[in-house]
Amino acid sequence: MPLKRKDLLGIADLSPEEINFILDTAETFRDVNQRQIKKVPTLRGKTIINLFFEASTRTRTSFEIAAKRLSADAINISASTSSVVKGETLVDTALNLQAMAPDAIVIRHSSSGAPRQIARVVKAAVINAGDGAHEHPTQALLDALTIRGKKGHIAGLKVAIVGDIRHSRVARSNAHLLSKLGAHVSLAGPRTLLPFGLEKQIAPFEGSVTFASDVNEAIKDADVVMMLRIQLERQSGGFFPSLREYSIHYGLNRRRLELAKDDAIVLHPGPINRGVEIDSDVVDGPFSLILNQVENGVAVRMAVLYLLAGGE
Amino acid sequence: MLLIKNGTIIDPSQSLEKKKDLLIRDGRIEDIDKALSAEGADVFDASDLIVAPGFIDLHAHLREPGFEYKETIASGARAAVAGGFTSVCCMPNTKPVNDNSSVTSFIIEQGRAANLANVFPIGAITQGSKGEQLAEIGEMKAAGVVAISDDGKPVLDSGIMRRAMEYSRDFDLPVVDHCEDCCGAAGWAMHEGEYSALMGLNGLPGAAEDLHVARDITLAELTGARVHIAHISTARSVDLVRQAKQRGLAVTCEVTPHHFTLTDKEVYESGYDTNFKMAPPLRSQSDLEAIIEGLRDGTIDAIATDHAPHHANEKMFEFDHAPNGVIGLETAVSLTLDRLVRRGMIPLSRMIELLSTNPARIFRLDRGSLKLGAVADVTIFDPNREVKVDASKFQSKSRNTPFDGWELKGASVAAIVGGRVVWRNEKG
Repeated sequence: MPLKRKDLLGIADLSPEEINFILDTAETFRDVNQRQIKKVPTLRGKTIINLFFEASTRTRTSFEIAAKRLSADAINISASTSSVVKGETLVDTALNLQAMAPDAIVIRHSSSGAPRQIARVVKAAVINAGDGAHEHPTQALLDALTIRGKKGHIAGLKVAIVGDIRHSRVARSNAHLLSKLGAHVSLAGPRTLLPFGLEKQIAPFEGSVTFASDVNEAIKDADVVMMLRIQLERQSGGFFPSLREYSIHYGLNRRRLELAKDDAIVLHPGPINRGVEIDSDVVDGPFSLILNQVENGVAVRMAVLYLLAGGE
Repeated sequence: MLLIKNGTIIDPSQSLEKKKDLLIRDGRIEDIDKALSAEGADVFDASDLIVAPGFIDLHAHLREPGFEYKETIASGARAAVAGGFTSVCCMPNTKPVNDNSSVTSFIIEQGRAANLANVFPIGAITQGSKGEQLAEIGEMKAAGVVAISDDGKPVLDSGIMRRAMEYSRDFDLPVVDHCEDCCGAAGWAMHEGEYSALMGLNGLPGAAEDLHVARDITLAELTGARVHIAHISTARSVDLVRQAKQRGLAVTCEVTPHHFTLTDKEVYESGYDTNFKMAPPLRSQSDLEAIIEGLRDGTIDAIATDHAPHHANEKMFEFDHAPNGVIGLETAVSLTLDRLVRRGMIPLSRMIELLSTNPARIFRLDRGSLKLGAVADVTIFDPNREVKVDASKFQSKSRNTPFDGWELKGASVAAIVGGRVVWRNEKG
């Protein structure tokens, strides 16, 4: 059963069945990544363009490795500025790439909605690798794969997502995905960085999405604690006074983590700011699955490319 | 001579709503009566049609001088008459800005040359619309501006706005303000609410408008100026204007068809379609309901298009980088008839007040009435004609509308300017 859709633009569009199908497919690719020869011929002859309008090391490399392990030809394009600065419109950029007949275009863009705008005009499968503050679907899928791998299931879990929710595509995609699979998602952070109203527009199926009254309430009895990276420029933007204060009131340290369940796990989409949103002893502690997330990222992206770029 | 036969004449300026004939001679209203006849007159058969004083758009961007690739005064005036507007008031945010009498005169000349709708320029409040120093308002008035505004660039300095309001009284000009306090929302792309949260777009809260409207009303009270709130979009702002009117202040306001038709939900459903991006942004459902109530109870004085043409290229950018604005001259009448009149929100006479009588009153134009001797600007429309919006057939040079493909009931049939039929829309 291939995915019955052309693009992967966001988790909001997916049904729980589709999500589970992608995760199950990713499991099989996880095995490939453990082999001595980590390459399968699945996408031989297919062309995949990684179009990154925003700097990224982890996600771009992860997509590139995923494509190569599937034997596809992967081309990386870094277009560091928006179309307005460049003088070529987003639509024209997309049409030019389409003319080269790729099978899939992976897009990272600082503007919310840019992948959807491109998907409307190209024939290739469009995979959103993160757009503005909107969605980062493969990140949420790899987070889910990581949680499922450790906990065995997602339904019924309490997941705290803490930090700059307002500007976070990771938080949005995870809130959609985890609640669709039955988890109870609790969002927290400085009030200046909370996009209130989001909870009303998420269709959670069995789960739920709520804003906690504070960070401690979000983390209390959580099975999973997901910390978000705080961007330095949010301080100059007036969202909080200092990194020092942020770390004290909103950061994850050992003491705060004790509020969570004894077997709670800690996730972070990276790159981490040690000592700001998360203390080093938490990052390096036994409950931290941060590197497993990276490992699962490759498997999830292989699954998504396989399902959308014409794998049989 | 032009004789308009068998139409239903609705003219709120003389409380007239009757099936009568209308005779125009030498560009003025000569007679209104039953079964008129006039030898040698051209006859316009208005059977089953409504005959109204010509519609006046208080708020349009005609882009000339400076942005002729988006619109010219001639193409904008053609779009106006094609949409049923016999007069259009154009905002000063051109290049150069209409902040002096030579630009004003140029606009008036271009309007005359186009010879379609009347073009009434609005002058800038401050030089270059920079919000710093008053423009030569007296000179612009002498050259023909009908109001002053820094539309698109809100006058944030209350001190400057106070002086502008005081000074405007010497020249008897209304001050039109685009109300948008920053509220920490620089770079906003849509209304702040559930949908901006969902879409990950920076939102502009309704409070940004409310703060500014409250300030302007406070200054209107201080200065005694006539203040007109442009494109009102929030429930609270409608309420503030309602209270100001109850206190007897000379405060008026307008609303656009897109703000009484669409909400932020449609922005979401469009999937980041940049034709749904404008300032002020499409607001929430409760704001839309408050606007309709304001249209019903008289708080809102006028329907204005905020016609804002942009070239298709500019709307092909990312949503957050695309320019604000949608065109409206050729959809406003159909939207008003379909969304407000057909749905029973307002009667036809109120619609004509909103599109003609009141706009003429607010800007003190010698228009908006079919009384004997008045300038014969007439809009003839059919509340029952079904139309499908086709942006590719617009007279405007631009296509940026969220209503392309919409099926609406009600359409403008003809525009008569100074007694001359300048536009007719044939059926089908």
